[in-house]
Amino acid sequence: MTNNIRAEKPARKPKRLAIPRQAIPEQPAKLRATNFDEVTLGYDQETAILEASRCIQCKKPKCVEGCPVGIDIGAFIKLIGEGDPAGAIAKLKETTSFPAVCGRVCPQEEQCEQRCILGVKHDPVAIGRLERYAADWEFANGSSGKPKTAPKKGKHVGVVGSGPAGLTCAGELAKMGYDVTIYEALHKPGGVLVYGIPEFRLPKAIVQRECDYVQSLGVEFKLDYVIGRTLTVDQMLEDGHDAIFLANGAGLPSFMNIPGENLNGVYSANEFLTRSNLMKAYRFPEYDTPITVGKRVAVIGAGNVAMDSARTALRLGAEVHLIYRRSHDEMPARNEEIHHAEEEGIILDLLANPTQIIGDERGWVHEIEVIDMELGEPDDSGRRRPVPKEGSERRIQVDAVIVSVGTKANPLLTRSTSGLELTKRGNIVADENTLETSKKGVFAGGDIVTGSATVILAMGAGKTAARSIDRYLQGQPLLNAEENEVTTGTAQLAGVAS
Amino acid sequence: MYKILDRVDYSDDVYMQVIEAPAVAAACKPGQFIILRIDEEGERIPLTIADFDRAAGTITIVVQAIGKTTRQLQKLGKGDFLANFIGPLGVPSVIEKVGTVVCAGGGIGVAPIYPIARALKEAGNKVISIVAARNQNLLLWEDRMREVSDELIVTTDDGSRGRHCLVTEPLKELCEAGDIALVYAIGPGVMMKFCSRTTLEYGVKTLVSLNSIMVDGTGMCGACRCSVGGETKFVCVDGPEFDGHQVDFDQLLARQRQYLPQEKESLDAYLVSTAVNKVA
Ligand SMILES: Cc1cc2nc3c(=O)[nH]c(=O)nc-3n(C[C@H](O)[C@H](O)[C@H](O)COP(=O)(O)OP(=O)(O)OC[C@H]3O[C@@H](n4cnc5c(N)ncnc54)[C@H](O)[C@@H]3O)c2cc1C
Ligand SMILES: Cc1cc2nc3c(=O)[nH]c(=O)nc-3n(C[C@H](O)[C@H](O)[C@H](O)COP(=O)(O)OP(=O)(O)OC[C@H]3O[C@@H](n4cnc5c(N)ncnc54)[C@H](O)[C@@H]3O)c2cc1C
Ligand code: SF4
Ligand code: SF4
Ligand code: FES
Repeated sequence: MTNNIRAEKPARKPKRLAIPRQAIPEQPAKLRATNFDEVTLGYDQETAILEASRCIQCKKPKCVEGCPVGIDIGAFIKLIGEGDPAGAIAKLKETTSFPAVCGRVCPQEEQCEQRCILGVKHDPVAIGRLERYAADWEFANGSSGKPKTAPKKGKHVGVVGSGPAGLTCAGELAKMGYDVTIYEALHKPGGVLVYGIPEFRLPKAIVQRECDYVQSLGVEFKLDYVIGRTLTVDQMLEDGHDAIFLANGAGLPSFMNIPGENLNGVYSANEFLTRSNLMKAYRFPEYDTPITVGKRVAVIGAGNVAMDSARTALRLGAEVHLIYRRSHDEMPARNEEIHHAEEEGIILDLLANPTQIIGDERGWVHEIEVIDMELGEPDDSGRRRPVPKEGSERRIQVDAVIVSVGTKANPLLTRSTSGLELTKRGNIVADENTLETSKKGVFAGGDIVTGSATVILAMGAGKTAARSIDRYLQGQPLLNAEENEVTTGTAQLAGVAS
Repeated sequence: MYKILDRVDYSDDVYMQVIEAPAVAAACKPGQFIILRIDEEGERIPLTIADFDRAAGTITIVVQAIGKTTRQLQKLGKGDFLANFIGPLGVPSVIEKVGTVVCAGGGIGVAPIYPIARALKEAGNKVISIVAARNQNLLLWEDRMREVSDELIVTTDDGSRGRHCLVTEPLKELCEAGDIALVYAIGPGVMMKFCSRTTLEYGVKTLVSLNSIMVDGTGMCGACRCSVGGETKFVCVDGPEFDGHQVDFDQLLARQRQYLPQEKESLDAYLVSTAVNKVA
């Protein structure tokens, strides 16, 4: 479906800077609002080469500084430009474990692409789309083979959680020759990539392929294992794990604490998305798990999670109102998601804050009351603080409400582990560079340390943890700040939703 | 995959299964539950651990067939496999010596109360149990309960066995007579609601085990939330046991009915498909 590539392709080889940033083909908005197939369809080879030719191969590339794992962006783009996607993917894999995922879901406009020098006067190079192109090429044409793994070291590492942090760490350690077991509470591996981010944005086949790859490196997956219940961290250490990496994410949904939140039809975004993605409720009754949206749905929040919830509800047939207390500029979701959501017909109700949810006599959601807001002075985060306009309460009739106002650390694991230092908000305290925790032999990274952040930061944390654990198990000093070129996100104030 | 080692049918609707799940059996305690999923298309459903054998690595569940999943599970037996079996989940019961304890189990609720009664007895309590059901056919584990109780009262709503009354009647008498330190009431939401109401009058501490709708069972989704003492709790991680006098039972009951139309659709489709298979 290439009919709606928006940029024109010039006939002759044009001057570099005259080439516009190549649009990515996507399903038309009307059509995609009715299915769960992937929205964007990816570059074909010709478009990829053209887009790659826009990169001016900077000597001191700014883009790399914007990538939390420091991918050699110029180099992989050059290879694509030369018509060598196999070389490009090999280059990418030197640094990143999941280019097919990051190419799709990284907030590139705040990371690599934001720094791209072309962005100053023109549009930045479409780094994410090119990354995705190389990864998809590999998927379609078969992998270049398994990486070399070091001889077995005879040491065993336990990894808790199979999200991007856990998968990355496990894969890296397996390559170094460690025996690695991933313990995952759910019945499918992938973390947020499988239960949170919808199929239309990140096909589950891609996540499965990444998990299969990690397994092919020799990592053992123990699914249905809830650490803190089935087994505790202390038991794991006693039972022959030489080191442990905690990558259990930040999966505890927050609510607004307003009246009516426990009415039927009120979901946390986590529940709504888990039902739809992990349990495939969008294919009910073929799959057994039900989901209800009714005719009109209110989604509260404007982060990626809120966008995913809104667009899922839309695809289930509802009219969707996205309610957010700040203005369009402050919406924290990726630009692309906001743009897609608007195209698909999500109705934005901005500068409005819910005050209560009103039910009918059977205990079902009937209406949501919101109060209009205006922007006042900037707050700690630098964003202008929304303040309620007195007396502006109004009600919207809805059949369901999806609350997407952020997540916190789930205390299930941390409460059952002795000697683990936590922050006030319940996140695990880990050293910025080494990801060591206060408990000997135990490391932690990803959302459980930073609070909800991004896939690429979690992946970076996984890599750092693997290097740290390797040194720890070999009795060497751990990484210091200079040696660690990967951002783990621990020092950053992360907060995607709200 | 988790192997089913045995199935015993107690009636047309109630059955027991023994499942091989060594990791769960090694860790579980009374009051905890598991979540299972039959196959790739299946729903995750919570079931209480009714018994366990650490040496054999097995868990016993007792199930009342009411909808699609519990009907489908009813067809599985020795040698069949379940796709997933996760646990133990929930906070274990706090077993202490407190004196005289009443364990009231209604219907299928007798199964989950059994390991609790046994543990309370082992801890040195005097255990008075009430085993209640709508009729004789639905009465469960009377013998097992007798073994772990100092006294056993049987009631049926229709009088087909034991006393012809609701579970709350002997409960009230026991409270009236005094000296009850603790009541455990497990069964349908309505039964727990009225047991709690009964004991409130006498100020007798009452624990109930809530059966809200669940998905993950690890505190990640909030599907199971319920108001307890005016605060929202996640039943799967904060419970399932709570102080019955604090629970908003009407909210619990309303939330349990959230998917009635879909559940009916699912069950009807399943019954039609199995009927067709039988003919074919
Ligand atoms: C709906 C949604 C959309 C998002 N969109 C984007 C996006 O577009 N771009 C982006 O960069 N980021 C996005 N994010 C954020 C990103 O997905 C996360 O930052 C990232 O997944 C964190 O990775 P992690 O490995 O730390 O944890 P997770 O991915 O959360 O994985 C943790 C895993 O640990 C398991 N676990 C938890 N507790 C236990 C336990 N006790 N025992 C065993 N296992 C346990 C969980 O089941 C889970 O599988 C989104 C998040 C959500 C929820
Ligand atoms: C902690 C806990 C322990 C339980 N222990 C037992 C037990 O030992 N034996 C037993 O027979 N039953 C037990 N239940 C109830 C059991 O989970 C439900 O009967 C089962 O999920 C019904 O599924 P179904 O598809 O057969 O029926 P459905 O037709 O889907 O549902 C019938 C009713 O069961 C409840 N229900 C539906 N889906 C779920 C779900 N995912 N989670 C929880 N409840 C649901 C709803 O109230 C619904 O109206 C327990 C529930 C909880 C929460
Ligand atoms: S991983 Fe993300 S930030 Fe890094 S280059 Fe790729 S898209 Fe950009
Ligand atoms: S900054 Fe832009 S132009 Fe320069 S190397 Fe990076 S992608 Fe290419
Ligand atoms: S079942 Fe999901 S939080 Fe309790």
